[in-house]
Amino acid sequence: MDYIKKIYYGDIPGENSGGGELKGFSDPSLESGDEAWPLWEVFIRSKQGLDHKHAGSLHAADAAMAIENARDVYTRRQEGVSIWVVESKDIHASNPDDSGSFYEPAEDKIYRYPGFYDLPDEVKQM
Amino acid sequence: MPTQYPDILFQQKINKEIKIEPKDWMPEAYRKTNIRQISQHAHSEIVGMLPEGNWISRAPTLKRKAILIAKVQDEAGHGLYLYSAAETLGITRDEMIDDLHCGKAKYSSIFNYPSLTWADMGAIGWLVDGAAILNQVALCRTSYGPYARALVRICKEESFHQRQGFETLLVLSQGTVDQKAMCQDAINRWWWPSLMMFGPKDSESTNNDMGIKWKIKRKTNDELRQNFVDMAAEQVKVLGMSLPDPALQWNEANKKYDFGELNWDEFWKVVKGNGPCNKQRLAARVKAHEDGAWVREAAVAYQRKRKAAVRSSFGEAKEAV
Repeated sequence: MDYIKKIYYGDIPGENSGGGELKGFSDPSLESGDEAWPLWEVFIRSKQGLDHKHAGSLHAADAAMAIENARDVYTRRQEGVSIWVVESKDIHASNPDDSGSFYEPAEDKIYRYPGFYDLPDEVKQM
Repeated sequence: MPTQYPDILFQQKINKEIKIEPKDWMPEAYRKTNIRQISQHAHSEIVGMLPEGNWISRAPTLKRKAILIAKVQDEAGHGLYLYSAAETLGITRDEMIDDLHCGKAKYSSIFNYPSLTWADMGAIGWLVDGAAILNQVALCRTSYGPYARALVRICKEESFHQRQGFETLLVLSQGTVDQKAMCQDAINRWWWPSLMMFGPKDSESTNNDMGIKWKIKRKTNDELRQNFVDMAAEQVKVLGMSLPDPALQWNEANKKYDFGELNWDEFWKVVKGNGPCNKQRLAARVKAHEDGAWVREAAVAYQRKRKAAVRSSFGEAKEAV
Protein backbone atom coordinates (compact mmCIF):
# COMPACT_ATOMS: atom_id res chain seq x y z
CA MET A 1 0.00 0.00 0.00
CA ASP A 2 1.65 3.18 -1.04
CA TYR A 3 -1.29 5.55 -0.93
CA ILE A 4 0.59 7.72 1.51
CA LYS A 5 3.60 8.46 -0.59
CA LYS A 6 4.72 11.74 0.80
CA ILE A 7 5.04 12.61 4.41
CA TYR A 8 2.90 15.54 5.33
CA TYR A 9 3.14 17.31 8.62
CA GLY A 10 -0.39 18.37 9.43
CA ASP A 11 -1.24 21.59 7.69
CA ILE A 12 2.16 23.22 7.92
CA PRO A 13 4.77 22.54 5.24
CA GLY A 14 7.29 20.19 6.82
CA GLU A 15 10.34 22.27 6.19
CA ASN A 16 8.73 25.17 8.03
CA SER A 17 7.36 23.40 11.05
CA GLY A 18 9.82 25.06 13.32
CA GLY A 19 12.66 23.48 15.27
CA GLY A 20 11.29 20.00 15.77
CA GLU A 21 14.54 18.34 16.59
CA LEU A 22 15.90 21.68 17.64
CA LYS A 23 18.57 22.83 15.31
CA GLY A 24 21.99 22.61 16.85
CA PHE A 25 20.87 19.90 19.24
CA SER A 26 23.54 17.52 18.04
CA ASP A 27 26.17 20.11 18.79
CA PRO A 28 25.91 21.05 22.48
CA SER A 29 28.68 23.61 22.08
CA LEU A 30 26.39 25.65 19.86
CA GLU A 31 24.81 28.47 21.81
CA SER A 32 21.05 28.61 21.61
CA GLY A 33 20.59 31.46 19.22
CA ASP A 34 17.37 32.78 17.76
CA GLU A 35 16.14 29.43 16.51
CA ALA A 36 12.40 29.05 16.12
CA TRP A 37 10.31 27.19 18.66
CA PRO A 38 8.74 24.13 17.11
CA LEU A 39 5.12 24.14 16.03
CA TRP A 40 2.45 22.19 17.92
CA GLU A 41 -1.06 21.17 16.93
CA VAL A 42 -3.67 21.71 19.61
CA PHE A 43 -6.68 19.48 20.24
CA ILE A 44 -9.36 20.46 22.71
CA ARG A 45 -12.15 18.54 24.41
CA SER A 46 -14.84 21.16 24.86
CA LYS A 47 -16.70 19.15 27.52
CA GLN A 48 -16.75 15.73 29.10
CA GLY A 49 -18.23 13.21 26.73
CA LEU A 50 -17.00 14.84 23.52
CA ASP A 51 -13.95 14.11 21.38
CA HIS A 52 -10.84 16.20 21.34
CA LYS A 53 -11.08 18.36 18.25
CA HIS A 54 -8.35 20.18 16.34
CA ALA A 55 -8.37 23.81 17.43
CA GLY A 56 -5.30 25.21 15.73
CA SER A 57 -1.58 25.41 16.17
CA LEU A 58 1.00 27.41 18.05
CA HIS A 59 4.71 27.63 18.76
CA ALA A 60 6.27 26.53 22.05
CA ALA A 61 9.64 25.31 23.23
CA ASP A 62 8.28 22.13 24.83
CA ALA A 63 5.07 20.24 25.54
CA ALA A 64 4.40 21.87 28.91
CA MET A 65 4.69 25.33 27.40
CA ALA A 66 2.55 24.26 24.45
CA ILE A 67 -0.25 23.20 26.82
CA GLU A 68 -0.05 26.45 28.78
CA ASN A 69 -0.01 28.52 25.61
CA ALA A 70 -2.92 26.50 24.25
CA ARG A 71 -4.89 27.32 27.37
CA ASP A 72 -4.25 31.04 26.87
CA VAL A 73 -4.78 31.06 23.12
CA TYR A 74 -7.67 28.64 22.67
CA THR A 75 -9.62 28.47 25.94
CA ARG A 76 -10.00 32.06 27.17
CA ARG A 77 -13.76 31.56 27.36
CA GLN A 78 -13.94 28.11 28.90
CA GLU A 79 -13.85 26.37 25.54
CA GLY A 80 -12.09 23.34 26.94
CA VAL A 81 -11.77 20.85 29.78
CA SER A 82 -8.84 18.93 28.32
CA ILE A 83 -6.01 19.79 25.94
CA TRP A 84 -3.80 17.58 23.79
CA VAL A 85 -0.76 18.92 22.02
CA VAL A 86 1.41 17.11 19.50
CA GLU A 87 4.37 18.40 17.58
CA SER A 88 3.23 19.18 14.05
CA LYS A 89 6.14 17.24 12.58
CA ASP A 90 4.76 14.05 14.14
CA ILE A 91 1.49 14.23 12.25
CA HIS A 92 1.26 12.21 9.07
CA ALA A 93 -1.56 12.98 6.70
CA SER A 94 -3.10 11.44 3.62
CA ASN A 95 -2.24 13.01 0.31
CA PRO A 96 -5.00 15.20 -1.18
CA ASP A 97 -3.63 14.50 -4.69
CA ASP A 98 -4.56 10.84 -4.19
CA SER A 99 -7.93 11.43 -2.60
CA GLY A 100 -9.76 10.33 -5.77
CA SER A 101 -8.38 6.79 -5.72
CA PHE A 102 -7.87 6.69 -1.96
CA TYR A 103 -11.54 7.13 -1.08
CA GLU A 104 -12.92 5.52 -4.24
CA PRO A 105 -13.66 2.12 -2.61
CA ALA A 106 -16.47 3.64 -0.53
CA GLU A 107 -18.16 5.41 -3.41
CA ASP A 108 -20.24 2.55 -4.87
CA LYS A 109 -21.37 0.89 -1.65
CA ILE A 110 -24.76 2.43 -1.10
CA TYR A 111 -25.88 -0.79 0.60
CA ARG A 112 -23.96 0.45 3.62
CA TYR A 113 -26.71 2.98 4.26
CA PRO A 114 -30.05 2.12 5.87
CA GLY A 115 -32.00 3.93 3.14
CA PHE A 116 -30.87 1.28 0.62
CA TYR A 117 -33.40 -1.20 2.00
CA ASP A 118 -37.08 -0.93 1.11
CA LEU A 119 -39.23 -2.33 3.86
CA PRO A 120 -43.02 -2.46 4.13
CA ASP A 121 -44.60 0.32 6.18
CA GLU A 122 -45.94 -2.18 8.68
CA VAL A 123 -42.42 -2.66 9.96
CA LYS A 124 -42.45 0.33 12.22
CA GLN A 125 -39.37 1.79 13.73
CA MET A 126 -36.41 0.03 12.15
CA MET B 1 -7.98 13.76 -13.54
CA PRO B 2 -6.83 16.35 -16.06
CA THR B 3 -4.02 17.66 -13.93
CA GLN B 4 -2.72 19.68 -16.85
CA TYR B 5 -5.43 22.24 -16.08
CA PRO B 6 -5.05 22.67 -12.34
CA ASP B 7 -5.99 26.34 -12.54
CA ILE B 8 -9.36 25.50 -14.11
CA LEU B 9 -10.08 22.84 -11.49
CA PHE B 10 -9.07 25.34 -8.84
CA GLN B 11 -11.48 27.99 -10.08
CA GLN B 12 -14.25 25.39 -10.33
CA LYS B 13 -13.75 24.52 -6.69
CA ILE B 14 -13.87 28.20 -5.75
CA ASN B 15 -17.06 28.70 -7.76
CA LYS B 16 -18.66 25.73 -6.01
CA GLU B 17 -17.75 27.23 -2.62
CA ILE B 18 -15.40 24.33 -1.86
CA LYS B 19 -12.77 25.59 0.56
CA ILE B 20 -9.12 25.45 -0.41
CA GLU B 21 -7.00 23.60 2.14
CA PRO B 22 -3.25 23.96 2.72
CA LYS B 23 -2.04 20.95 0.76
CA ASP B 24 -4.35 21.52 -2.23
CA TRP B 25 -2.97 22.87 -5.48
CA MET B 26 -3.35 26.63 -5.72
CA PRO B 27 -2.05 29.32 -8.07
CA GLU B 28 1.08 30.97 -6.77
CA ALA B 29 -0.65 34.36 -6.82
CA TYR B 30 -3.48 32.97 -4.66
CA ARG B 31 -0.92 31.75 -2.15
CA LYS B 32 0.90 35.09 -2.17
CA THR B 33 -2.29 37.15 -1.89
CA ASN B 34 -3.43 35.08 1.07
CA ILE B 35 -0.04 35.30 2.77
CA ARG B 36 -0.12 39.06 2.32
CA GLN B 37 -3.67 39.49 3.54
CA ILE B 38 -3.53 37.05 6.46
CA SER B 39 -0.17 38.29 7.72
CA GLN B 40 -1.30 41.93 7.43
CA HIS B 41 -4.38 40.99 9.38
CA ALA B 42 -2.24 39.27 12.04
CA HIS B 43 0.10 42.26 12.28
CA SER B 44 -2.93 44.54 12.70
CA GLU B 45 -4.12 42.52 15.68
CA ILE B 46 -0.68 42.64 17.27
CA VAL B 47 0.02 46.33 16.63
CA GLY B 48 -3.61 47.00 17.55
CA MET B 49 -2.77 46.14 21.15
CA LEU B 50 -0.63 49.26 21.47
CA PRO B 51 -3.17 52.13 21.40
CA GLU B 52 -5.27 50.33 24.01
CA GLY B 53 -2.37 49.04 26.06
CA ASN B 54 -1.63 52.72 26.52
CA TRP B 55 -4.74 53.05 28.71
CA ILE B 56 -4.66 49.86 30.79
CA SER B 57 -2.78 51.54 33.63
CA ARG B 58 -5.09 54.56 33.53
CA ALA B 59 -8.49 52.93 33.15
CA PRO B 60 -10.99 54.81 35.35
CA THR B 61 -12.21 51.77 37.32
CA LEU B 62 -11.08 48.25 38.12
CA LYS B 63 -13.96 46.93 36.01
CA ARG B 64 -12.85 48.93 32.98
CA LYS B 65 -9.27 47.84 33.51
CA ALA B 66 -10.22 44.15 33.61
CA ILE B 67 -12.31 44.58 30.43
CA LEU B 68 -9.49 46.35 28.63
CA ILE B 69 -6.95 43.69 29.59
CA ALA B 70 -9.31 40.98 28.34
CA LYS B 71 -9.77 42.81 25.06
CA VAL B 72 -6.06 43.33 24.52
CA GLN B 73 -5.42 39.68 25.37
CA ASP B 74 -8.02 38.67 22.77
CA GLU B 75 -6.16 40.72 20.20
CA ALA B 76 -2.93 38.87 20.96
CA GLY B 77 -4.87 35.63 20.56
CA HIS B 78 -6.35 36.75 17.25
CA GLY B 79 -2.89 37.62 16.00
CA LEU B 80 -1.73 34.12 16.91
CA TYR B 81 -4.65 32.37 15.15
CA LEU B 82 -3.87 34.36 12.04
CA TYR B 83 -0.11 33.83 12.09
CA SER B 84 -0.72 30.06 12.24
CA ALA B 85 -3.16 30.28 9.35
CA ALA B 86 -0.56 32.15 7.28
CA GLU B 87 2.10 29.60 8.19
CA THR B 88 0.09 26.87 6.45
CA LEU B 89 0.91 28.67 3.20
CA GLY B 90 4.63 28.15 3.62
CA ILE B 91 5.86 31.33 5.26
CA THR B 92 7.51 31.07 8.69
CA ARG B 93 6.56 33.02 11.79
CA ASP B 94 10.03 34.55 11.88
CA GLU B 95 9.78 35.75 8.29
CA MET B 96 6.48 37.45 9.02
CA ILE B 97 7.80 39.12 12.17
CA ASP B 98 10.89 40.28 10.29
CA ASP B 99 8.75 41.69 7.48
CA LEU B 100 6.74 43.66 10.03
CA HIS B 101 9.76 44.95 11.87
CA CYS B 102 11.64 46.07 8.77
CA GLY B 103 8.57 47.90 7.47
CA LYS B 104 8.02 45.62 4.48
CA ALA B 105 4.71 44.25 5.76
CA LYS B 106 1.79 46.57 6.38
CA TYR B 107 -0.77 46.60 9.15
CA SER B 108 -4.00 48.53 9.44
CA SER B 109 -3.28 52.26 9.31
CA ILE B 110 -5.83 52.95 12.00
CA PHE B 111 -3.33 51.97 14.67
CA ASN B 112 -1.04 54.77 13.63
CA TYR B 113 -3.38 57.26 15.26
CA PRO B 114 -2.81 58.16 18.92
CA SER B 115 -5.23 57.31 21.73
CA LEU B 116 -5.38 60.63 23.56
CA THR B 117 -8.22 60.27 26.08
CA TRP B 118 -10.17 57.57 27.87
CA ALA B 119 -13.05 58.18 25.47
CA ASP B 120 -10.78 56.88 22.72
CA MET B 121 -11.12 53.41 24.26
CA GLY B 122 -14.83 53.70 23.64
CA ALA B 123 -14.47 55.10 20.13
CA ILE B 124 -11.93 52.43 19.18
CA GLY B 125 -14.25 49.68 20.39
CA TRP B 126 -17.32 51.08 18.71
CA LEU B 127 -15.87 52.37 15.44
CA VAL B 128 -12.55 50.59 14.87
CA ASP B 129 -13.70 47.19 16.09
CA GLY B 130 -17.06 47.81 14.44
CA ALA B 131 -15.36 48.37 11.10
CA ALA B 132 -13.11 45.37 11.65
CA ILE B 133 -16.11 43.17 12.47
CA LEU B 134 -17.94 44.09 9.27
CA ASN B 135 -14.85 43.20 7.31
CA GLN B 136 -14.24 40.00 9.26
CA VAL B 137 -17.81 38.75 9.15
CA ALA B 138 -17.65 39.00 5.36
CA LEU B 139 -14.31 37.19 5.44
CA CYS B 140 -15.66 34.24 7.44
CA ARG B 141 -16.73 32.92 4.01
CA THR B 142 -13.30 33.44 2.47
CA SER B 143 -12.14 30.59 0.25
CA TYR B 144 -8.99 29.61 2.16
CA GLY B 145 -9.99 27.12 4.86
CA PRO B 146 -7.50 27.95 7.65
CA TYR B 147 -8.18 31.70 7.27
CA ALA B 148 -11.95 31.17 7.34
CA ARG B 149 -11.69 29.01 10.47
CA ALA B 150 -9.52 31.59 12.24
CA LEU B 151 -12.04 34.29 11.34
CA VAL B 152 -15.00 32.36 12.69
CA ARG B 153 -13.20 32.10 16.01
CA ILE B 154 -12.25 35.78 15.90
CA CYS B 155 -15.76 36.98 15.08
CA LYS B 156 -17.19 35.05 18.02
CA GLU B 157 -14.85 36.89 20.35
CA GLU B 158 -14.90 40.28 18.70
CA SER B 159 -18.51 41.17 19.39
CA PHE B 160 -17.75 41.95 23.03
CA HIS B 161 -15.08 44.40 21.87
CA GLN B 162 -17.54 46.55 20.01
CA ARG B 163 -20.23 46.36 22.67
CA GLN B 164 -17.90 47.34 25.51
CA GLY B 165 -16.71 50.29 23.40
CA PHE B 166 -20.20 51.53 22.70
CA GLU B 167 -21.13 51.12 26.34
CA THR B 168 -18.06 53.11 27.40
CA LEU B 169 -19.22 55.95 25.14
CA LEU B 170 -22.79 55.59 26.35
CA VAL B 171 -21.70 56.13 29.95
CA LEU B 172 -19.68 59.19 28.96
CA SER B 173 -22.55 60.53 26.85
CA GLN B 174 -24.74 60.53 29.97
CA GLY B 175 -22.06 62.14 32.13
CA THR B 176 -20.89 65.66 32.88
CA VAL B 177 -20.46 68.39 30.28
CA ASP B 178 -16.76 67.60 30.12
CA GLN B 179 -17.38 63.89 29.69
CA LYS B 180 -19.86 64.55 26.90
CA ALA B 181 -17.34 66.80 25.17
CA MET B 182 -14.65 64.14 25.53
CA CYS B 183 -17.01 61.59 23.99
CA GLN B 184 -17.79 63.80 20.99
CA ASP B 185 -14.12 64.66 20.52
CA ALA B 186 -13.12 61.00 20.39
CA ILE B 187 -15.85 60.27 17.81
CA ASN B 188 -14.68 63.23 15.75
CA ARG B 189 -11.08 62.05 15.69
CA TRP B 190 -11.78 58.35 15.02
CA TRP B 191 -14.59 58.67 12.46
CA TRP B 192 -12.63 59.37 9.31
CA PRO B 193 -9.70 57.05 10.07
CA SER B 194 -12.28 54.30 10.69
CA LEU B 195 -13.77 54.85 7.23
CA MET B 196 -10.26 54.58 5.82
CA MET B 197 -9.92 51.09 7.33
CA PHE B 198 -11.85 49.70 4.37
CA GLY B 199 -9.04 50.68 2.04
CA PRO B 200 -8.93 52.67 -1.19
CA LYS B 201 -11.99 53.17 -3.35
CA ASP B 202 -12.90 50.17 -5.51
CA SER B 203 -11.92 52.18 -8.59
CA GLU B 204 -8.40 52.54 -7.20
CA SER B 205 -7.86 49.27 -5.42
CA THR B 206 -5.46 46.93 -7.17
CA ASN B 207 -6.33 43.94 -5.02
CA ASN B 208 -10.09 43.89 -5.48
CA ASP B 209 -10.58 42.03 -8.76
CA MET B 210 -8.64 38.81 -8.18
CA GLY B 211 -9.58 38.91 -4.52
CA ILE B 212 -13.26 38.74 -5.46
CA LYS B 213 -12.77 36.20 -8.26
CA TRP B 214 -10.91 33.88 -5.90
CA LYS B 215 -13.36 34.66 -3.11
CA ILE B 216 -10.57 35.74 -0.81
CA LYS B 217 -12.57 38.91 -0.35
CA ARG B 218 -16.34 38.57 -0.33
CA LYS B 219 -17.33 42.23 -0.46
CA THR B 220 -15.60 45.20 -2.01
CA ASN B 221 -14.08 48.06 -0.03
CA ASP B 222 -16.86 50.47 -1.01
CA GLU B 223 -19.64 48.02 -0.16
CA LEU B 224 -18.24 47.45 3.30
CA ARG B 225 -17.65 51.15 3.87
CA GLN B 226 -21.25 51.92 2.96
CA ASN B 227 -22.52 49.22 5.34
CA PHE B 228 -20.45 50.73 8.08
CA VAL B 229 -21.70 54.27 7.52
CA ASP B 230 -25.31 53.07 7.49
CA MET B 231 -24.78 51.27 10.77
CA ALA B 232 -22.88 54.01 12.61
CA ALA B 233 -25.13 56.84 11.43
CA GLU B 234 -28.02 55.20 13.26
CA GLN B 235 -26.10 54.13 16.35
CA VAL B 236 -24.65 57.59 16.97
CA LYS B 237 -28.19 58.83 17.58
CA VAL B 238 -28.43 56.54 20.61
CA LEU B 239 -25.40 58.31 22.02
CA GLY B 240 -26.94 61.69 21.35
CA MET B 241 -23.69 62.58 19.54
CA SER B 242 -22.96 63.40 15.93
CA LEU B 243 -20.59 62.21 13.23
CA PRO B 244 -18.18 64.87 11.93
CA ASP B 245 -19.46 64.86 8.35
CA PRO B 246 -21.72 67.72 7.17
CA ALA B 247 -22.47 65.76 3.98
CA LEU B 248 -23.88 62.80 5.91
CA GLN B 249 -27.52 62.46 4.93
CA TRP B 250 -30.10 59.73 4.48
CA ASN B 251 -30.79 59.11 0.82
CA GLU B 252 -34.38 57.92 0.58
CA ALA B 253 -34.07 56.92 -3.07
CA ASN B 254 -31.02 54.68 -2.53
CA LYS B 255 -32.07 53.59 0.96
CA LYS B 256 -28.62 54.37 2.32
CA TYR B 257 -26.62 57.25 3.72
CA ASP B 258 -24.71 59.62 1.48
CA PHE B 259 -21.45 60.72 3.02
CA GLY B 260 -18.58 63.06 2.35
CA GLU B 261 -15.34 62.35 0.54
CA LEU B 262 -12.49 60.90 2.57
CA ASN B 263 -9.21 62.74 2.81
CA TRP B 264 -7.28 60.42 0.49
CA ASP B 265 -4.06 62.43 0.83
CA GLU B 266 -4.07 61.62 4.51
CA PHE B 267 -4.95 58.00 3.74
CA TRP B 268 -1.92 57.51 1.49
CA LYS B 269 0.34 59.48 3.81
CA VAL B 270 -0.42 57.15 6.72
CA VAL B 271 -0.22 54.02 4.55
CA LYS B 272 3.20 55.09 3.37
CA GLY B 273 4.48 55.38 6.92
CA ASN B 274 4.01 59.06 7.70
CA GLY B 275 1.06 58.93 10.05
CA PRO B 276 1.10 60.40 13.56
CA CYS B 277 2.41 57.24 15.27
CA ASN B 278 3.91 54.94 12.59
CA LYS B 279 7.44 55.16 13.95
CA GLN B 280 6.39 54.82 17.58
CA ARG B 281 4.29 51.75 16.89
CA LEU B 282 6.98 49.92 14.97
CA ALA B 283 9.63 50.88 17.51
CA ALA B 284 7.43 49.51 20.31
CA ARG B 285 7.01 46.20 18.47
CA VAL B 286 10.73 45.86 17.76
CA LYS B 287 11.59 46.68 21.36
CA ALA B 288 9.11 44.12 22.71
CA HIS B 289 10.58 41.48 20.40
CA GLU B 290 14.16 42.28 21.36
CA ASP B 291 13.40 42.53 25.07
CA GLY B 292 11.79 39.11 24.88
CA ALA B 293 14.74 37.45 23.15
CA TRP B 294 16.28 36.14 26.36
CA VAL B 295 13.02 34.42 27.30
CA ARG B 296 12.85 32.64 23.96
CA GLU B 297 16.48 31.63 24.19
CA ALA B 298 16.17 30.41 27.77
CA ALA B 299 13.15 28.26 26.88
CA VAL B 300 15.07 26.65 24.03
CA ALA B 301 18.13 26.05 26.21
CA TYR B 302 15.97 24.47 28.92
CA GLN B 303 14.23 22.22 26.42
CA ARG B 304 17.59 21.18 24.93
CA LYS B 305 19.01 20.34 28.35
CA ARG B 306 16.04 18.21 29.23
CA LYS B 307 16.22 16.33 25.95
CA ALA B 308 19.91 15.70 26.53
CA ALA B 309 19.16 14.39 30.01
CA VAL B 310 16.53 12.01 28.63
CA ARG B 311 18.96 10.75 25.99
CA SER B 312 21.79 10.13 28.41
CA SER B 313 19.53 8.26 30.82
CA PHE B 314 18.38 6.09 27.90
CA GLY B 315 22.03 5.44 27.13
CA GLU B 316 22.74 4.40 30.70
CA ALA B 317 19.72 2.10 30.73
CA LYS B 318 20.95 0.36 27.58
CA GLU B 319 24.40 -0.17 29.01
CA ALA B 320 22.90 -1.67 32.14
CA VAL B 321 21.08 -4.25 30.00
